[in-house]
Amino acid sequence: MTDRDTFYEKLTGLIEPFNKKGVDISETTTFAGDLEWDSLTVMDFVAEVEDAFDIVISMNQQAEIENVGQLVDAVAKLVG
Amino acid sequence: MKMSANWLTLSPNWWVKPGFGTENMTDLFSKFDPLIAQREALLSTGITDPFSLVMQEVKSPTVAVCNGRETILLGTYNYMGMTFDDDVIAAGKKALDDFGAGTTGSRVLNGTFQGHKECEDALKEFYGMDHAMVFSTGYQANLGIISTIAGKGDYIILDIDSHASIYDGCAMGNAEIVAFRHNDVEALEKRLKRLPADAGKLVVLEGVYSMLGDVAPLKEMIRISKEHGAMVLVDEAHSMGFIGENGRGVAEEQGVMDDVDFIIGTFSKSVGTVGGFCVSNHPKFEVMRLVCRPYVFTASLPPSVVATSATSIRKLMHNGNKRAHLWENSKMLHKGLLDLGFKLGTETPQSAIIAVIMPDLERGAMMWEALLHEGLYVNLARPPATPAGMTLLRCSLCAEHSSEQVGEILGMFEAAGKKIGII
Repeated sequence: MTDRDTFYEKLTGLIEPFNKKGVDISETTTFAGDLEWDSLTVMDFVAEVEDAFDIVISMNQQAEIENVGQLVDAVAKLVG
Repeated sequence: MKMSANWLTLSPNWWVKPGFGTENMTDLFSKFDPLIAQREALLSTGITDPFSLVMQEVKSPTVAVCNGRETILLGTYNYMGMTFDDDVIAAGKKALDDFGAGTTGSRVLNGTFQGHKECEDALKEFYGMDHAMVFSTGYQANLGIISTIAGKGDYIILDIDSHASIYDGCAMGNAEIVAFRHNDVEALEKRLKRLPADAGKLVVLEGVYSMLGDVAPLKEMIRISKEHGAMVLVDEAHSMGFIGENGRGVAEEQGVMDDVDFIIGTFSKSVGTVGGFCVSNHPKFEVMRLVCRPYVFTASLPPSVVATSATSIRKLMHNGNKRAHLWENSKMLHKGLLDLGFKLGTETPQSAIIAVIMPDLERGAMMWEALLHEGLYVNLARPPATPAGMTLLRCSLCAEHSSEQVGEILGMFEAAGKKIGII
């Protein structure tokens, strides 16, 4: 398993408790469109991700992230 | 993750459908269709439009004729009732006579009159600070100061429930924006710890949050911010004049005034006029007058406004009795509404704002209308301005409300609440 796979697995695990609609998660799943998260859910989820990886995802960075694959890449870059 | 609610930049993927009935033109207004539909659905029930109220006559800080009916005002943030103060009005009339209707210029060119300096002197004295800068509105004060002092590579750490003017200041500047859960000291600390130690940091807090009327734990938050090398800006718009020993706000009440780098405030609440300001002890603060675009590239306040503001600010320094009465009003309304069975934004009265939580927008609008028919004006607040998607009836008390009026207000809430079936 590559590092990216590890991030993907950990992040999809973090998404699961917020996946109230039981959407099948893939790289291209979008947060606003497919998961239908509102701003509060996003905030709670981002806080979970930040705590899990001990990082900060600024709102500027969040604005660039639309789908799961982009989140994986962003987190991988932030963890460094 | 693209969201429209709090982060105010419109996402580039707001895909706009080709305009109907027009060729080769994309209707830029298509993005507002959901809001237009929501508004039409609400108004189609025959309800009074909550966002187009007109006050034909204003009789006092607490009574006006709204949509043709005499109405008690309980949603105007006129906390200290200074709008009709005799000295304030006299100062405004004199300034109109002596200096004219407007300045027709920027503060840095021809728009600084004697009155602007006197207004800034009154603020310096009120807050016991070295520098004061008056803006044309409170919105512009936040917009200007935040966007100017935090630049590229710096971080702004802010409460997720911050006012729109704070978010807009962030969006206008080039700093990295980091939000933390509302009033959560631990969440703030975690984020500060994770940011680069040598990066410039500005923590932005509010003394009183205007939606629920709750107070921030400034003492702990400011201590933690300072431990992590951050500068601190506190917006005290909703506390000036009645919170803290000298009415300087929540930071004063919690004993941390000396650790606040910038206080932002407004004249459009307790002061009873219009305008905004920033006060600071920073030794280089005056350079802001040259670099802060929302200060430079707009006309200054009219002479009458700075004169009424300065007079009001000086009077607010000595108003112990009025402050005490405002707190009595807040406590009486809070307890009365709880006793009637309403759900409130705070368990205890923490400020002069009492937020009544409505089950949804539709019943919130019905309740708002029922109160108006009873003769009471409150603010209807709804998402995205409100936290957690709530619909609120926001009540702001005035030191000029009599105890009898507060009693009347409770009677109106009881009648309207039963009519709508909320209590």
